[in-house]
Amino acid sequence: MPGMQSEIGPAAGGASSPGWQVEGGAPGEPGRLRLTGGWHLQAIARRQRMLADALARLARHHPAHGWDLRDVARIDTLGATLLWRVWGRQLPDRILLRPEQHALFARLEAAGAARGAGEPAPDARDATGTGFARQALSHAADLVSLFGQFLLDLGRVLARPSRLPWRDLSAAVFRTGAQALPITAIVGFLVGVVFCYLSGRQLQQFGADVFIVNLLGITVVRELGPMLAAILVAGRSGSAITAQIGVMRLNQELDAMTVLGIAHGLRLVLPRVLALALVLPLLVVWTSLATLAGGVVAAQVELGLSAGQFIERLRVTLPILNVGIGLLKGVVFGVLVAIVSCHFGLRTRPDTASLGRSVTASVVTAITVVILADAVFAVAFSGMGLRR
Amino acid sequence: MRVAEDIVLDVAHLDTRVGSQVVHRDLSLQVRRGEVLAVVGGSGSGKTTLLRQMLGLERPAAGRVEVFGVDLARADARALAGVRGRWGVLFQQGGLFSALSALDNVALPLRELRCLDDALVREVAALKLAMVGIGPEHHGKRPSQLSGGMARRVGLARAIALDPELLFLDEPTASLDPVLARGFVALLRELAAELAPTVVIITHDRETVEALASRVAVLARGRLAAVGEVARVAALDDPAVAAFFRSGEAPGPSAPGDTGHRSAGD
Repeated sequence: MPGMQSEIGPAAGGASSPGWQVEGGAPGEPGRLRLTGGWHLQAIARRQRMLADALARLARHHPAHGWDLRDVARIDTLGATLLWRVWGRQLPDRILLRPEQHALFARLEAAGAARGAGEPAPDARDATGTGFARQALSHAADLVSLFGQFLLDLGRVLARPSRLPWRDLSAAVFRTGAQALPITAIVGFLVGVVFCYLSGRQLQQFGADVFIVNLLGITVVRELGPMLAAILVAGRSGSAITAQIGVMRLNQELDAMTVLGIAHGLRLVLPRVLALALVLPLLVVWTSLATLAGGVVAAQVELGLSAGQFIERLRVTLPILNVGIGLLKGVVFGVLVAIVSCHFGLRTRPDTASLGRSVTASVVTAITVVILADAVFAVAFSGMGLRR
Repeated sequence: MRVAEDIVLDVAHLDTRVGSQVVHRDLSLQVRRGEVLAVVGGSGSGKTTLLRQMLGLERPAAGRVEVFGVDLARADARALAGVRGRWGVLFQQGGLFSALSALDNVALPLRELRCLDDALVREVAALKLAMVGIGPEHHGKRPSQLSGGMARRVGLARAIALDPELLFLDEPTASLDPVLARGFVALLRELAAELAPTVVIITHDRETVEALASRVAVLARGRLAAVGEVARVAALDDPAVAAFFRSGEAPGPSAPGDTGHRSAGD
């Protein structure tokens, strides 16, 4: 065609690559931007930014030109949206489309109208400090009421032991107790070795090697054993309890229980709390023994203190009251870990993201609560079981 | 309030709020003894939340829900236990206890009564499973080992374990393929004829409504758009009713190629 000026866009030759030609545009004659090739996902994907910029420049240079999409081999939603954005979210005044392309752009137009009408309100929850405080308060209130419910259920079960779900209880004891024996033993033993080795070295400088037994005995039995056992159980069984109950929420099992008139407190919370209250003191003893065993080994190697001497000295220097304090801590920590884990399990909302958040929050909260309780114990028992 | 003897379930001026979102506003609905009421509506119309209100799983922001004349939000434990012994619920996801076998799931409501001999309980549970077409070879299987259709039927067997006077079915045919869905509807029809309970069905499946329901309530945006006999409601000239009963003919952006909608849950 004479007098036609033509600009050929990148890769206009390939049938499947997006391309364009500028046609006409002489004064008095309306020109057009003719798109060719494929304007679909595979053709555009890597060049999306470049194409959008090039088209925008083209539209700026030739504002009076119409658009011609009839030679486009294939266009999909992505390609259409790309053009739609270049056009400023509306159809240009002059445009030539094939019938099926009309439908595509009509859908874009409808979607734009719908978006303008109903912008979803931003989720204001948790955005502010007061939101956080309210959340913390509601967790605290729920925890207290869960504990109260536990005490009521405990009273009810003591009055009528046949109401206790014995099978659930024994399953929980096995899972949280028996299966935790290897890991607590390994961790305890290694901590004992390291602790004894380091402190032994320091004491040696003053020629006070034998006092390693006093030091190790009181710290392990009173402090380290209960803490190690509680933290391991919080990570191991606490997370399992939360996940288990959370999945029951996802699965509508909790709803089914309510509808059947089966109380969550009696059937889910009580056996788990009782199991941990029963098992954790035993694990405390086990972990303390493993830690002391580690101490015995390290003392023998490092300080030349025989096992017999170690045990004899331990018997003489360790007030037996400390064992009682360790056991009491075990019971309290067990109840705390179980209540916190059940609480976060029951608070789970029926979606998978919520389940993940619940398990994380459960373990973190359980460990924090255990450490707080330990601090309270330290203050409360500060004058007991310690020789001067 | 003195209710007529044959009103089994009475929802009066119910408001539901989830956070700041209003789910129901001043919703009133009554279910009469012996009828099969279908509650229908599109996704997000609040029908699942309405079921949760009817089951006492959500608390009304205002208004009340009475089942067998007992206000669920205000009743004491004894009254609630009485109500719970007289209804059965089939949950959308089955709600089967994943730690229990199929037989134990069905036996659980009977065992919870704590007065029946276990041999009798097992026999009744096996009978209920047979009623829904589950043979003894599947009794020991866990819910995760059952196919979707079988799990649904075990859920139904548990729902009818106590021969309930009032049966709730939440999306009974959702996520079943058309053949299974038709078979399940036929099963429900048989059981409804045999046990003659009052039934409340929550569904978005038109075939289920037409096959089972005697009355239908159409929910739209937290309000009742229409209640009445199925044929009469279907003829009404209301956009929400039309969207449900005449969706095939209705023009609009969501009408063409909307096959995915039928199986999509709430």
